[in-house]
Amino acid sequence: MAETIGFLQPKQAVITRRREIVADLADLLPEGCLISDERGLKPFETDAFIAYRRMPLAVALPETTEQVAALLKYCSRYGIPVVPRGAGTSLSGGAIPQEDAVVIGLSKMSRILDIDLFNRTATIQAGVTNLNISEAVSADGFFYAPDPSSQLACTIGGNIGMNSGGAHCLKYGVTTNNLLGVRMVLFDGTVIELGGKALDAAGYDLLGLVCGSEGQLGIVTEATVRLIAKPEGARPVLFGFASSEAAGACVADVIGSGIIPVAIEFMDKPAIEICEAFAHAGYPLDVEALLIIEVEGSEPEMDAMLASIVAVARRHGVATIKECQSAMEAAAIWKGRKSAFGATGRIADYICMDGTVPLSQLSHVLARTGEIVARYGLRVANVFHAGDGNMHPLILYNINDPEDAARAEAAGNDILKLCVDAGGCLTGEHGVGIEKRDLMLHQYNQADLDQQMAARAAFDPHWILNPSKVFPLEGRPAA
Amino acid sequence: MIVHFEPASEEGIATVVRAVAADKASLAVIGGNTRSGLGNPVRADRVLSTRRLSGIVSYNPAEMTITALAGTPMREIEEALAENRQMLAFEPVDHRPIFASSGEPTIGGVFAANVSGPRRYVAGAARDSLLGVRFVNGRGEAIKAGGRVMKNVTGLDLVKLQAGSHGTLGILTEVTFRVLPLPPASETIVVSGLNDAEAAAVMAEAMAQTVEVSGAAHLPESVRGRFLEGGLPDGAATVLRLEGLEASVALRAEKLANAVGRFGAVTRLDGPQTSKLWAEIRDVKPYADGTKKPLWRVSVAPSLGHQLVAALRLQTGVDAFYDWQGGLVWLRMEADPEAELVRRYIKVLGGGHATLVRAEDGYRAAIPAFEPQPLAVAQLSERVRASFDPHRIFNPGRMAAVSETATMEHGRK
Repeated sequence: MAETIGFLQPKQAVITRRREIVADLADLLPEGCLISDERGLKPFETDAFIAYRRMPLAVALPETTEQVAALLKYCSRYGIPVVPRGAGTSLSGGAIPQEDAVVIGLSKMSRILDIDLFNRTATIQAGVTNLNISEAVSADGFFYAPDPSSQLACTIGGNIGMNSGGAHCLKYGVTTNNLLGVRMVLFDGTVIELGGKALDAAGYDLLGLVCGSEGQLGIVTEATVRLIAKPEGARPVLFGFASSEAAGACVADVIGSGIIPVAIEFMDKPAIEICEAFAHAGYPLDVEALLIIEVEGSEPEMDAMLASIVAVARRHGVATIKECQSAMEAAAIWKGRKSAFGATGRIADYICMDGTVPLSQLSHVLARTGEIVARYGLRVANVFHAGDGNMHPLILYNINDPEDAARAEAAGNDILKLCVDAGGCLTGEHGVGIEKRDLMLHQYNQADLDQQMAARAAFDPHWILNPSKVFPLEGRPAA
Repeated sequence: MIVHFEPASEEGIATVVRAVAADKASLAVIGGNTRSGLGNPVRADRVLSTRRLSGIVSYNPAEMTITALAGTPMREIEEALAENRQMLAFEPVDHRPIFASSGEPTIGGVFAANVSGPRRYVAGAARDSLLGVRFVNGRGEAIKAGGRVMKNVTGLDLVKLQAGSHGTLGILTEVTFRVLPLPPASETIVVSGLNDAEAAAVMAEAMAQTVEVSGAAHLPESVRGRFLEGGLPDGAATVLRLEGLEASVALRAEKLANAVGRFGAVTRLDGPQTSKLWAEIRDVKPYADGTKKPLWRVSVAPSLGHQLVAALRLQTGVDAFYDWQGGLVWLRMEADPEAELVRRYIKVLGGGHATLVRAEDGYRAAIPAFEPQPLAVAQLSERVRASFDPHRIFNPGRMAAVSETATMEHGRK
């Protein structure tokens, strides 16, 4: 397809030295930890933002922090770009490499180092998957709260890079609110530790800056995260509405009434149909919009909370209310929601937007999103975290039709601008990556971006870490 | 006579900063000046107050967010929240009792100092509620960071950096933050007569229960009488707070009381007593005694708090109480030099940090108020500071231990 998003020009000086670099890198790593043949590199050419692909120079899969440090020391000495990678599930192209870059993948660093139930923390290597953390402490009655839909595959290192969210952050917050400390390697190979089991580390909140920095400030190799006692029970309930507007207004009213459910998820009719066909979750097919509202606690607590929520929903003319009768039904409801992107992928190619808007703007933005997509002659399915205004319109298109792809990208850009203009932001949890990079000036002015880039340069003065991402290629400081 | 600026607009602040930069001068940045005792003394030749930059810009209770100018008095924020039965989840400490200061704390000051209270260990610090800021950097530019929505990963999170930077990375002019519904009911379970180690175990046990404890503190016998006008039962008090819907709190209180009953005598405090007790814990009532006796705020893993105090007691006289499940220790010692002692023991035990919250001016000038950083982190912090304030205008000296030692040590090399 025609590519509209550019990458930095590869450094010819690096590419011509490729053979030498590969040999040097091999010396820094144990046997079997470096990939440099074309077939081996192929799986690393993109992530979940599959419309763009770039073959990297080499892929290093270190096993220890010391090896990561040696790699970074080498790459920074020779000005070789580095692209960190977790599981490669980024939806914004955050892990897409470039021809002159060494990918440092953390997949071999997948050990759980310490579970401390007294202090309710887990210390894990960066390559541990999100779900593995919760599974490791589940029998003891704890869990790790942020739960991105890709939690089966995505790693904690990637979660920290993108400050990942999930369906349950309405109550428990996103990664940055659950991250207590990291061990990380700076651009020049220096290893530092930020935070730990003691809260609110002394000095500047560098941990807060690193979280969500999309691999541009260093490479996190270990993390300490907060564990939470599992609630006694959790119950998702389906609320069907005759219009998206009514559903959107209901969300704002539930929150405004002083109840904070653990999750409020929204699906419009196309999304309901796609997910139901895939997961057989029992979603009602005769409504225009569906809310999955989950409450948790003991049975009487859940009953009390649901009674208040049902009262609000009735005021908004709810058409169907469906409580699940068993844990299996509850699991099916979440399976349907969490496989929304995958299920959509079965019927069409799609790009997934991630703008967040203030709750009062939900209905307006939903309606305008429909108009924008229709104007480009495309279809859209909406499935998102309504409780915190984090929208995920999936724009359906055909990846093999260049014009269709260009229209989808243009429609996506219009939707994101709409979100910003409604008082929101370009991305709530997927990150800027390459996907939204060139829209940054719609949300920030150049002085705002200059300040961010100055802080970035404090960590990576020569811009070798994931350099094609986040900041528009024009207007950068001379490296 | 120190020149004192009180601009009434962000542009006014930017103009002052540019002038100060041109003069190669420096600025002490203050809000209500109720926490000027925090950190090391500032050495600045001019003062800028955000006091006149005041007022709530927007507040939509259904969105649970407020935008306010940095100089807005806390009282005004709290009144607006109370009218809508909402609150700040992080329970900011009012430092006036500790410092015996007067005046009105500002919302900008609360975030600049990342001031957080008892709910911090479950609901996050001030930084976790802060969604967006506007600030003037050391180049005199007005900068926007973050926004007004709860999920936002657009670009680097400069918002977190501003929180807790004590005005050394810029002058906050506007803050947007998340608020939460006020829980309609609350109750406190008191377990009496536990020693510090037993209390730590009981608090950990309570946190593992599915009852959502939102406050866990231990008030040893030496301080117990200072709370609720001596109204807590005899013996050390281990206190556990529950909040939420009325029926839910009652159920959870029953469950928690049963779970901890085997450790000691249990009593229960109702909603009004709970509010009063936790406000007193938040504001460090036992040590808000009008003196300037050194007061330390130590943050360690919850399992280490009582171990630290026990270790210190072998060396010197110590008085302490615990919040955050035992991980926050409010500490008074009779040692000299006490900074060296407490910081050495924290390292030996496994890490954390000690902040000198209050002391006589001379002592504050001589001791790093914030925990000194490892060299690599200090150097990095200094580079970050310089990226916001290249001319070193803002609050020089305040966070001396954080980044200035790096420059000093670096210079010596």
